Amino acid sequence: MAGGDDLKLLGTWASPFAIRVKLALAVKGLSYEYAEEDLASKSELLLTSNPVHKKIPVLIHNGMPVCESNVIVEYIDEAFAGPSILSDDPYERATARFWAAYVDDKLLASWATILFRGKTEEEKSEGKKALLAALDTLEGALAKCSDGKGFFGGDSVGLVDMVLGSQLSWLKATEVITGEEFFDGEKTPLLSAWMARFSELDAAKAALPDVDSVVEFAKMRQARMAAAAATTPNS
Amino acid sequence: MAGGGNGEVKLLGMWASPFVLRVRLALSLKGVSYEYVEEDLKSKSELLLKSNPVHTKVPVLIHNGKPVCESSVILQYIDEAFAGIGPSLLPADPHDRAVARFWAAYIDDKLLKASSQASSGKTEEEKAEGAKQAAAAVETLEGALKECSKGKPFFGGDSAGYVDLMLGGLLPWVHVGDAVKGVKTFDPATTPLLAAWADSFGALDAVEPVMPEVGKLVEFAMAMMSHAAAAAAATN
Repeated sequence: MAGGDDLKLLGTWASPFAIRVKLALAVKGLSYEYAEEDLASKSELLLTSNPVHKKIPVLIHNGMPVCESNVIVEYIDEAFAGPSILSDDPYERATARFWAAYVDDKLLASWATILFRGKTEEEKSEGKKALLAALDTLEGALAKCSDGKGFFGGDSVGLVDMVLGSQLSWLKATEVITGEEFFDGEKTPLLSAWMARFSELDAAKAALPDVDSVVEFAKMRQARMAAAAATTPNS
Repeated sequence: MAGGGNGEVKLLGMWASPFVLRVRLALSLKGVSYEYVEEDLKSKSELLLKSNPVHTKVPVLIHNGKPVCESSVILQYIDEAFAGIGPSLLPADPHDRAVARFWAAYIDDKLLKASSQASSGKTEEEKAEGAKQAAAAVETLEGALKECSKGKPFFGGDSAGYVDLMLGGLLPWVHVGDAVKGVKTFDPATTPLLAAWADSFGALDAVEPVMPEVGKLVEFAMAMMSHAAAAAAATN
């Protein structure tokens, strides 16, 4: 660790947004203090560090907070030496930022719809279609970005790998909960190979929660949401 | 046309789009010349469909034949690809850059989303909630401007930068909303810094000639609203 760098990460174990920051810190070889937040009882530090959103993750570097997961990942890339998370080339950087946004806007939104946001069977079914469509699109993206190498970032893990990789436990949990398979080694062979390769990384093993824990967490959250909906008048 | 040392720069856009405006303002601020192509969004060009197959949306910046999509991504690309030309859009210090990116994301995730709900929400309740959240977002941005500008006119300090462009692209539509509703979104009484900022930004040499006419936008908005009303009536 660079002399005098004080790093603290406020997060929650299941959040893909916090997980991607852990991945970035690991890739850069940075040591940091991790604080698990209880979102039902947020710490003073979280509230003062992210007064606008009061959300995790927050990275606090020498007392200065950085908020928003993808902003934090780019910050880590720019503030610290070590393997690059984004390419030096402006066009490759733009491509990575485009796909990172796509992964959150389309892929994450689709499994969140399936598990939580979709209120009717129809909405959930739309979520499933969206998930499959997103995976199909990402297969094409991976083909182009990787250029025959192992990751979206090429030879090494980059921004898109981290943004997508941070969601792996949730993607698998979605399969377990719905009892449906979304990953098809035949339809998306590159993505399937990428998933296996990414999961083997030390950084991934350290940052990604096990699927069973995520399944349990998701089911508890679904139960809480159902209970709240049942007791809400005029819902 | 080709900007000489800049290579060939082409922008696919639509005159009323605030996202396209952001890019035009950025290119203008940097002093990068480009060919502008007005798209008919009801009949998208082959070039647009080929250049942005994922979203088929404008703006798309095509630099030496390579397309860049998504306004915030394009702005950062312009800053990086044309680094030697004109002012920098993002600051040099990593923490300051993170702050700028944070507020750029806030403008899209909070302000734009809420404003969109305020005008296109499915129920009156949803629209009212959107309006409330948009007003709160404007207040928050007043605070952001205070922090970022450090007494200077812009989020970027002495000169307009990334956050100014992200918000500035929305200005004509803010004026449209104000005209239609008879309100002042950037009220000098409650958000004095933003009110002054709107004037300063709008008056910049690089900005003033690029902005679409608010009168034309009002007409456009009215046409859109009557289309939407007709469609809604037809489905009832």
